[in-house]
Amino acid sequence: MKPPAKPPVFLERASYRQRRLGDAGRFLPVLGAVLWLIPLLWASDGPETPSKAGMVTYIFVIWLVLIGLAAVLSRLLPDTDQPSDDTRR
Amino acid sequence: MVSFNILILVSLSYVAVLFWVAFLAERRAATGRANWLRSPVIYTLSLSIYCTAWTFYGAVGYAARSGLEFVTIYLGPTLVMVGWWWVLRRLVRIGRAQRITSIADLISSRFGKSRLLGVIVTLIAVVAATPYIALQIQSVTLSLAVFAEHEGAFWTDGDFARAAMWFAGGLAVFTILFGTRNLDANERHHGIVMAIAVEAVVKLFALVAVGVFVVWGLGGGAAQMMARIDAANLDLWDQSGSRWVGLIFVSAAAFICLPRMFQVMVVENDDESHLRVASWAFPAYLLAMSLFVVPIAVMGLELMPAGSNPDLFVLTLPLSQGANGLAMLSFLGGFSSATSMVIVATIALATMVSNHIVVPLWFALQDDQQGALPGDVRQLTLLARRLSIAGVLALGFIYYRLSGGGTALAAIGLISFAGSAQVLPALIGGIFWRGATRPAAAAGLLTGLVVWLWTMFLPSFGPGAVIPAAVFADGPFGIGWLRPEALFGIGGIDPLVHGILWSMLLNAVVFVGVSLVTFPSPLERLQGAQFVNVFDHSAGTRTWSRPVADAEDLLLMSQRIIGRTEAQRIFAREAARQGTPGRLPKATPDFIARLERELGGSVGAATAHAMIGQLTGGSGVSVEDLIAVADEAAQILEYSNRLEAKSAEQEATARALRDANAKLTALSIQKDAFLSQISHELRTPMTSIRSFSEILRDGGLSAEDHSRYAGIILDESIRLSRLLDDLLDLSVLENGQVVLRPQTGRLSALLDRAIAAAGLHERNLTILRDRDAEDIEITADLDRLVQVFINLISNAAKYCDAKNPALTIRISRAKGQHRIDFLDNGIGIAAQNQELIFEKFSRLADESKAGGAGLGLAICREIMRRLQGDIIYLRGTSGTAFRVTLPMVSEPVAS
Repeated sequence: MKPPAKPPVFLERASYRQRRLGDAGRFLPVLGAVLWLIPLLWASDGPETPSKAGMVTYIFVIWLVLIGLAAVLSRLLPDTDQPSDDTRR
Repeated sequence: MVSFNILILVSLSYVAVLFWVAFLAERRAATGRANWLRSPVIYTLSLSIYCTAWTFYGAVGYAARSGLEFVTIYLGPTLVMVGWWWVLRRLVRIGRAQRITSIADLISSRFGKSRLLGVIVTLIAVVAATPYIALQIQSVTLSLAVFAEHEGAFWTDGDFARAAMWFAGGLAVFTILFGTRNLDANERHHGIVMAIAVEAVVKLFALVAVGVFVVWGLGGGAAQMMARIDAANLDLWDQSGSRWVGLIFVSAAAFICLPRMFQVMVVENDDESHLRVASWAFPAYLLAMSLFVVPIAVMGLELMPAGSNPDLFVLTLPLSQGANGLAMLSFLGGFSSATSMVIVATIALATMVSNHIVVPLWFALQDDQQGALPGDVRQLTLLARRLSIAGVLALGFIYYRLSGGGTALAAIGLISFAGSAQVLPALIGGIFWRGATRPAAAAGLLTGLVVWLWTMFLPSFGPGAVIPAAVFADGPFGIGWLRPEALFGIGGIDPLVHGILWSMLLNAVVFVGVSLVTFPSPLERLQGAQFVNVFDHSAGTRTWSRPVADAEDLLLMSQRIIGRTEAQRIFAREAARQGTPGRLPKATPDFIARLERELGGSVGAATAHAMIGQLTGGSGVSVEDLIAVADEAAQILEYSNRLEAKSAEQEATARALRDANAKLTALSIQKDAFLSQISHELRTPMTSIRSFSEILRDGGLSAEDHSRYAGIILDESIRLSRLLDDLLDLSVLENGQVVLRPQTGRLSALLDRAIAAAGLHERNLTILRDRDAEDIEITADLDRLVQVFINLISNAAKYCDAKNPALTIRISRAKGQHRIDFLDNGIGIAAQNQELIFEKFSRLADESKAGGAGLGLAICREIMRRLQGDIIYLRGTSGTAFRVTLPMVSEPVAS
C-alpha cells in the first residue's frame, strides 16, 4: 500500500483566504454571544443604568449587525469545501 | 364587533386555503415542477415554526412580566443560524448523506444504528414535546375564548374542551392527509412545507401589523414610542445574569435539538445552499418577530385595564381599540403559529415513534413469521405513522385537559426546551468527536433525562402535585442533597437555571466520561468516521437523491454480476410480466425482490442485498448484512484455498513427472553413449584380430612375422576378453547382483598380493610402504579389495611419467574408517578431470598407454561402494593420489 500523500503544509493564497472566511463563519456566533453578554455588565439600578430604550436599541443593533455580517459571509463562503481537517494553516 | 361565527368562518376558510396550498404543492412536486417550491425563501420561512403560538402571544406577556428576557429565546437561534458554517452545515450534510429521517434516527445511526438510543431519544422528544403541543392547543382555545368573551359569552370549561377537541382533531386530519401521503425514503413533505411557509408569512404579517398599529396608531411614532418605553412602568432588566445566559444557551440548544426544528432544518432540506440564505434571513425574521414585542407590551400595560392577561395583549389591544379586522388578523397569526408548529412537531414525533418504537415492536412480535413482504412493511409503516400522529395529538390534548389549562402550562415552554436540549451532548459529540460511544450516549441521555425530570419537569406541576411538598423541602427519603430545586445542597439558584445547569452538566460529563472508558463496536466506528468526516467523502453540492432505483442502474449492475445475456433475459421476462415487452421494466419492489434473489444466486444473498440496497437507497448496510457478506467471503476464500492446494499438488506431480522424464531421457542418452562407446571399444581389437587373421590365412609369411601376428591376435583377444570381463563385472556390480564373501585378513598381505599380481616386473616402479601401519586386520570381501588395489597400482605403473616413478602407500584411520592412500610422484590429474576418471570408458588424453578400456576406476568405485567404503581422488598433492576408505567394521551388505 502506498502511504497516503501528505497534504501540503501551506496553502495557496486563494484557499488560504477561503479558510479564513470559514474561520470568520465560526467566529461570528462567538462574537454575537460576547456582545449579547455585555448587558450582564449593566448596573441593575442606579445612575449608571442605561435607559430602557437604550437597552432595547443595543440588543437590536447588535442583532442587525450580526444579520448584516452573516449576509456578507454567506455570499463569500466557498461553495465546495476542503476536507474538514483544520490542521493546515 | 367581530361575530364569533364570522371568526369561525374565517378560520375555516383559512384552513381550506392551507389545504389547497398543500394539495397544490404536492401535485406540483409529484409532476416534478417543484422548483419554485424549493427556494431558499421557502426553506427560511419553514424554519419559522420555531415561533409558535407561545412566542406569538406569549412573548408580549413575557416582556410585560420580565422585560427584555423574552428576547433570549430568539437570540439563541440567531447565534446558531449565523454560525451555520460550524454546526448546521455539518448536520445538514450528514442528514443528506445518511438519509436521516429524524433526530432519533441521527443519534441511533451515529452510534451504530442502536435501537436503544432511538427509543431513548424518541421518549425524550415525546415527553418534552407533549406539554408544548398542549400549550398550542391552549393558546388557540384562549384566543377563541377572547373573541367569545368580547361577544359577551364567557366560556365554560366544557367550551374550552370542545374547542380543544375540534382543534386537535382537525390538525390530526390535516397532518395525516399531508404528512403520510407518501412514504418517501427521504421523508420530505412538499405540501406541508409549503403550507407552513404560507403560515409563516401570515403570522409575521399579523404581528408586524399589530406592531405598526401600536407604534404609529396608538403610540404616536417611533420617537414617542421610545419615550414611552423609557417612562413605562416595566422593569426591562431585572433578571439575574444566570437566567440571561442560561436561556440563550437552552434556546440555542433547543433550536438544534427540537424534533420539529430538526425536521424542517435537516430532513426537509432540499439543497444545502438554502442554509446559506437562511443563515441571515432567518435571524432577520426573528428580529422582525420580536421588534414590536416591547412596544406592544408597553402600550398594553398603559392602555389595558389592570389585571388583564398580558399574554393576550396582541389580541386584546386591537380589540379594545375597535380594530376588529386587525384583531382577526392577529388571531389568524396566532392560529397559524399554533397549527404549523403542531403539524410539524406531530410529523416529526410520529416518524420517530413509528420508526423506533412501533415498527421494531411489531417485528419483534412477528418474530415467528419470517420475511414479511415489502408491501406489508410499507402499509404497516404508514399505519404506524398515522396512529402515532393521532396518538401524539391525543397526548397533547390529554395533557392540556389534565393540567387544567392554567398558567402552570405557560411556564412549561422553557422546561420543554431544556428537555429537548438533553440530546445536545450526544448530538454534538456524535458529529464532532469520533471517540463518542454508544453506551456513553445512552448513559448521558438517560442521566440528562432523569435529572431533567426530577429538577424541572415533575416540579413544574407545582409542589404537592407529583412530587410531595415534603420532598421539595427535605429531599426524597430525607436525603437533603437530592432536593429537586437544590441538587447537591446548592440552593437559591433560579429553578430553571438550576435544572438546565445540572441536567446539561451531568449529561455532558457522563457522556464524555463513559466515552473515554468504553470501546465502540466496528459499525459504530464506521458510522462515527462517516459522521465526523462527512465533508471528506460526501459530494459537495450534490443535491440529488433518488427514492427508488432506476431500472437502468439495476440492469447495469445485474449485467456486471450475472453477465449480459442472463441479465437481459431476466429483465425482458419481467417487462413481459409487467405488460410492457420491449422496454425496461419498472423497478417495482416485487421485481427488486426477485432480482435480488437472482443476484443472490451469484454473489450470495447478503452481497446482493447490500448492492440492491445501495441502488434503491434503502437503509444502509446493517451489521447482519456485513456479517453475512463476511461469511460468504470466507466461504469463497476457503474454496479458493482448497483449489489452490489441489493445484499445488498437481503441480508437484507434474514436476515429478517432468523430472522422471528428464531422467529417463538422460538415461537413454547415457545408454546410447555407452552402446556406441562399447561398440567402439569392441571393434578396435576385433578389427586387429580380423586383419591379422586374414594375413595369416593368406599365408606366405616368414616364421618371425607369423609368430608376431599370432601374438598380436592373442594380445587383442586377451584385451577383448578382459574388456568383456570388465563389462560383465561392472554390470554385475551396478545391478547389485554381486555376491560378496566377507573374509578377514591382514592389509599387508593383501597389498603383497596386489603388488605381485600387478605385473610390475617389466616396469620400473618403486613402491614405498609402511609395514607397521599395514599390520591391521580388515574384514571385507578381500578378493574384491585386492582387485581395487591391483587396479590402482597398475595404473600408477602405467601412467606415472616421473623419471623414477615411485608409489607411496600410506595408511591412516579417521572417523571409524581405514584410509589407504596411493600417491605417486607424477604430474597428477588436472582438476577438471578428477571426477571424470571414475566414469566408464573415461581415458585421458594419452590413449597410447591405455591398456584397458577405461573401466578400471569405474569398477573400483562400484566395488568400494559395495564394501561400504569409497574411492576418491585426493586433491592438493603433487602427484596422482587416490584414497581408498573402508569401514573398520563393515556390515555385510545384503545384495
